[in-house]
Amino acid sequence: MSAVGWSRIQFAFTVTYHYLFPQLTMGLALLLVVFKLLALRSGDAVWSDLARFWGRIFAINFGAGVVTGIPLEFQFGTNWGRFSSATGGVVGLTLAMEGAFAFFAESVFLGFFLFGEKKLSPRAHLASMGMVFLGSWLSGYFIVVTNAFMQNPVGYALSADGQFAVASAGRYLFNAWAFWEYAHTMTAAVITGACVVASVAAYWALMGIHPRHARGALEVAVIAGFVVCVLQAFPTGDQQGKLVADRQPATLAAMEGKFDTGDRADLAIIGQPNVAERRLENPIVVPRLLSLLAYGSFGASVVGLNDIPRQDWPDNVELLYFAYHIMVGLGTLLLALLALAAFLLWRGSLMRARAVLWALLLAFPLPYIATTAGWMTAELGRQPWLVYGLLRTAKGASPGLGAGDVVFTTIGFCGLYATLGVLVLALVGKQLARGPEPHAGAT
Amino acid sequence: MPAVWYFVLAAMLTAYAVLDGFDFGVGIVHLFVARSDGERRHALAAIGPLWDGNEVWLIAAGGSFFFAFPRAYASAFSGLYLPLMVVLWLLILRGIAIELRSSVEHPLWRSAWDTVFAGGSATMAFVLGVAIGNVLRGVPIDASGYFQEDFFQGMGSAAAGAVDAFTAVTGLLAVAVLGAHGASFLAWKTTGDLATRARVAARRLWPAAIALGALATLLLALRAPAFLAGVAARPWVWPLPAGAIAAAGIGWRALGAGRDRLAFLASSAFLAAMLFASAGVLYPAILPSTIDPSFTLDARSTATASGTLAVGLTILGPALVLAGVYFVILFHAFRGKADAAAYEHE
Repeated sequence: MSAVGWSRIQFAFTVTYHYLFPQLTMGLALLLVVFKLLALRSGDAVWSDLARFWGRIFAINFGAGVVTGIPLEFQFGTNWGRFSSATGGVVGLTLAMEGAFAFFAESVFLGFFLFGEKKLSPRAHLASMGMVFLGSWLSGYFIVVTNAFMQNPVGYALSADGQFAVASAGRYLFNAWAFWEYAHTMTAAVITGACVVASVAAYWALMGIHPRHARGALEVAVIAGFVVCVLQAFPTGDQQGKLVADRQPATLAAMEGKFDTGDRADLAIIGQPNVAERRLENPIVVPRLLSLLAYGSFGASVVGLNDIPRQDWPDNVELLYFAYHIMVGLGTLLLALLALAAFLLWRGSLMRARAVLWALLLAFPLPYIATTAGWMTAELGRQPWLVYGLLRTAKGASPGLGAGDVVFTTIGFCGLYATLGVLVLALVGKQLARGPEPHAGAT
Repeated sequence: MPAVWYFVLAAMLTAYAVLDGFDFGVGIVHLFVARSDGERRHALAAIGPLWDGNEVWLIAAGGSFFFAFPRAYASAFSGLYLPLMVVLWLLILRGIAIELRSSVEHPLWRSAWDTVFAGGSATMAFVLGVAIGNVLRGVPIDASGYFQEDFFQGMGSAAAGAVDAFTAVTGLLAVAVLGAHGASFLAWKTTGDLATRARVAARRLWPAAIALGALATLLLALRAPAFLAGVAARPWVWPLPAGAIAAAGIGWRALGAGRDRLAFLASSAFLAAMLFASAGVLYPAILPSTIDPSFTLDARSTATASGTLAVGLTILGPALVLAGVYFVILFHAFRGKADAAAYEHE
């Protein structure tokens, strides 16, 4: 494989692995603010116990997110030199803003949150968690703006020698694509946080331990999770899909496994794309739904891959198709589960509904898989472009970088991240075993 | 506008060197000055609430470099591919070591992570010194604006790798200076035997740093005479190295007198003066070419369009000032001696 191919694999691996952590911490940050608020308002120790317990798990994941995040910024320069050289005047702005506006606030106030509970007043301690929340959500926005420029370039000027620079900071920072992508990404993060909190609480409930903590955590997680699951599908997912249909018709066609152009396009629920023969095998479809979802009318025409030049197709149609279908499928499943749990919570019988508690206990990996599949949809869908329609992926790599170097470092990252994964799991496991209630003698 | 950004970046990198520099320095002297488990926890508690924020200066500087001088950023980062990857792995391992060390109460677990922390910190300091050495010496940039530098070249090869005799000396210099800096920080923030040993370590490291600095200057005169000619041509830079040497002397004496905070401020001033002196002599070059001076990547030829740079400064300037305010609040909140019990939070 070429150095470009290996660089793509390396970036895909390191960014996917990294995102497992912020995906949880951004969602958990919101829930921690809720726990701290409830603790301050009610004075009930259950809420401050929960905040402390999840704060410790937050810290482990935050640390792993920080150390795995630094390589990403470096990789722009190390592996994607020509891309960086051409677009630094645009994407560099938001990467610099992420450091300047978000990371400083996050890291400084996390120090206060973790080390300062005894030194600070309860309000100041809540405020420091609020700043961590704000910092992490701002950081997400800057990253999404950067990605949105690559998906849907706006607000830039392109000089004769191929240099991009920000021409309108307002248009660049408030890209319509960034707005919906951000909303869709953040709701996914809250779903992750809610599912993880609900899973642990369901475990406590099923085991009959920490009953008050289990009930409190389930109430917050199920309500938050249900609300954001609805937002995940509508309007954020829906609007994101319409933008893809409008700006990246080739991506939409590949996501849906659509080869023939036509109006009244069917939506495939299941089926395997056969790219060589340009058809979808074993399809189960909903008539006309794709036209409606993409363009808001049953009669609208949807362009198929057959009418798009082959060199502009996403280069891995099969993986893109399945990534998209897995994301939508798991999103639907989670919406159903959280709707059921919310209904039982409202009826007051969730704590006795063992089957639903079991489902909540086991469901925590699903938002991770769905989010990973979602990002794969976005990034495989952007291919074969680095900046959609303007700069091809093959032209963005560092000149002179050999495949051997990239294989070497990719193997290095694999080893390091496998070690890190084991350590994170062991530490989180230790916190789970310790539980939410303060022991005698422990701080 | 490129000139403004050049010195904004120099200031951010200086902030990084001074702030994360003492974290590295604590790691460099960790195994020698902190002997018992309690002392090692105490040493980590001193940097515990600070190191993560300190490291953000590197990320913010990296992003700003990417934005302001994309062509130099792309060339430097892809040319120094392997050394930078090693930096990344060390940063990851070091971060893991700091966070995990105190989370399990087992002597072997703790001594293993102490060693990773110390080794990672020392190697990071060395690699940072090597990186500065590469910038001072120049790298083989050709007409394409790119270069590819191996880690090191085999014996007898004419081409230079990232690590050669000169850059190895700058690497060792960084280990000695940051060691003295971190030991001064420990002397200031801790108590008892730990602080006493840190004071002794810092006093021993300063003379080593001065000797290595003299050797590096000598080698630089042989390898890149243009740099020293640049020093001679810019008299307004002269007070900086003079001030740095004075700061080293003040730091050394302050340690002897037990004035630890002054010693730490002196080592901070030393780092800032040396880095600004280098930037002042190099300007406008960012990465000098050893092949032909006309291939040198400089602030003017690699900068983003001036209008965009002005917009960037308007947006990022206030954020950096705000970051400075955060750090004042943070250092104020954790002022005085570090709480030895605080690092048992896991």
